[in-house]
Amino acid sequence: MKVSSWGRLSQDKHHVISLSDRHQAARQIQQSNPGICFGNGRSYGDVCLNPGGTLWQTSTLNRFIHFDEQTGRLRCEAGVLLRDIQRTLVPRGWMLPVTPGTQLITVGGAIANDVHGKNHHVLGSFGDHVLSFRLLKTDGTVLECEPQSDLFKATIGGMGLTGILLDADLQLRPVKGPWLSTDTVPYHSLDAFFDLADQSEHDWEHTVSWIDCLSGSQARGIFLRANHADATPAGAKTPGHKQLNMPITPPISLVNRLSLRPFNELYYRLQARKAGAGFAHYEPFSYPLDALQNWNRMYGPRGFYQYQCVVPTADAKPAIAALLDSIRHAGAGSFLAVLKTFGDRLAPGLLSFPMPGATLALDFPNQGARTLKLFNTLDSIVRECGGRLYVAKDARMPADMFAAGYPNLPEFLKHRDPGISSAMSRRLFGS
Amino acid sequence: MATRSNSPQRIVIIGATSGIAEHCARQWAQQGASHLTLVARNADKLALIAQDLRVRNPALHIHCQTGNFTDPAAIQQLVDNIASEGCPDIVLIAHGTLPDQTLCQQNLAINADALMINGMSPVLFAEAFVTHMVAAGQGTLAVIGSVAGDRGRKSNYVYGAAKGLVTRYVQGLQHRLAGSPVKVVLVKPGPTDTAMTAHLKHQGAKLASVEDVANSIVQGIQAGKPTVYAPAKWALIMMIIRHLPRFVFNRMDI
Repeated sequence: MKVSSWGRLSQDKHHVISLSDRHQAARQIQQSNPGICFGNGRSYGDVCLNPGGTLWQTSTLNRFIHFDEQTGRLRCEAGVLLRDIQRTLVPRGWMLPVTPGTQLITVGGAIANDVHGKNHHVLGSFGDHVLSFRLLKTDGTVLECEPQSDLFKATIGGMGLTGILLDADLQLRPVKGPWLSTDTVPYHSLDAFFDLADQSEHDWEHTVSWIDCLSGSQARGIFLRANHADATPAGAKTPGHKQLNMPITPPISLVNRLSLRPFNELYYRLQARKAGAGFAHYEPFSYPLDALQNWNRMYGPRGFYQYQCVVPTADAKPAIAALLDSIRHAGAGSFLAVLKTFGDRLAPGLLSFPMPGATLALDFPNQGARTLKLFNTLDSIVRECGGRLYVAKDARMPADMFAAGYPNLPEFLKHRDPGISSAMSRRLFGS
Repeated sequence: MATRSNSPQRIVIIGATSGIAEHCARQWAQQGASHLTLVARNADKLALIAQDLRVRNPALHIHCQTGNFTDPAAIQQLVDNIASEGCPDIVLIAHGTLPDQTLCQQNLAINADALMINGMSPVLFAEAFVTHMVAAGQGTLAVIGSVAGDRGRKSNYVYGAAKGLVTRYVQGLQHRLAGSPVKVVLVKPGPTDTAMTAHLKHQGAKLASVEDVANSIVQGIQAGKPTVYAPAKWALIMMIIRHLPRFVFNRMDI
């Protein structure tokens, strides 16, 4: 069947095998090498694709196994959605410590991409809270891995290339409820952004900012920070689970040169009106786009790229300024643009994306050569300061850029499973 | 329903390892059911499902049972045993397999098995449970039929005929129990994304998500609707297919 990833840049035929349960998986993958796991299809590029080859669909591997109400330790299959964990356990006082901007991803995908969230400076990335997992190798053996082991470190952020995750033990964190107390601060320069990020690091668990991608180095944006609330705020109403849907793909991208500036203006003004203290339920605060199903269709039939880089702290300010100037100059981008700082922490995986510094993430409707040319310009800025790109978002980075950004690559390659291959692994490692 | 509380308390699922049944069980577990009896042929798979449901609702009493699904005496015994624990508020009969139509045409043994497991077996379970529910004067019996039972089609008329038997049988039960406190619900799912339809997916068929289908079923049972198409659009599609004149229908490759 034809399969696309979230960016909808390709729709190639794949042989899809649904892994029905963790006991059957070893038998089910037998005749089908080489393949790659496909969870909920939320990575943007080709990390989860294998055109013409096999995909092992893990979304059916979605059972809980055990939960300890005393310790908050959850064992579940790798295809369980983060949303199902949260909706089941938040009412019982436990929450995933780290989630990205969507909870519609599987546990396996979260591990394979070592996803991060708005609280990186406090709690690190998803892999920091994985206590153990079982990995099925394509030769049929099943290995139990714990954080001390090299295979564990290779698998965290390992793009699914070290084996098939069957199930994992996760450490949840206690929460008093679903509410966050928030603070919204408009800012008008990059200096102001970095000052806010510095000041917020101690007192706020979640920090993130929306940035107007057309504002260049004279950046303006909205800085959001939040902490978990101890009590239900007065007047708080739990949001329902209603989802809107983008039912069709419009013939052209709704995000384009004409729409981008007014969109950004409107968004900035709407958000700036909310300036100051408030409260929010964790779902709309952390995963605003989950309320709109198929939002990726708004970029039209050609799909879109997301460019997410991190630049080290030392050069963060000038590098982010240079990136924003290039994007403004090209008149490209989207109103979905995020700027945040990472904490100074050691990453749990050999190929984990976060490093101490600032990360910029931005959608770009696919305009072919023009878009790719802009990315080359952005690449050179990122490379020069020793930054890297995020594989969960990537569909096009050159192999040498990956090697330069991820110095642990040679160590990682020792742990690859020869029966696993993806479009991304062939693009970046030649096999 | 005779129970006073809003959510059903005692639920029995026959064919509990089916994808649709498993997702119905999850919803009932989350809604706060108190007792869940799961019956299936494969004990290992049943154990995985019970584990999952225990995490979703630690207060839920889960009872797993395997059984013979084709022997009338065994079915009677199984149902009597379950009913002796307390008459269920909801019984969902969900088992079935999707046979290969061509194989059924070539091999009458496969054909007979398919008719048995998809047609005879569910109606025998239904009859056995209804007896207990009528005696207790309460409960909702839901049986999973299929849109395939609405009109015989060359691509799967063996399966369709078995599900057609289920449709007529449930109609009869509904007629018999009209005005009684016992409700009988016929569920007709369209093609759903489960293990049973994995091969259809390869052929590029558009399948409904099993969560959505389970959601329609749970809501339909709650409302006590006589017929639940899941998702609802299949009511319209099948109405058209049932009424297509033969000269049009016979040209269709469905």
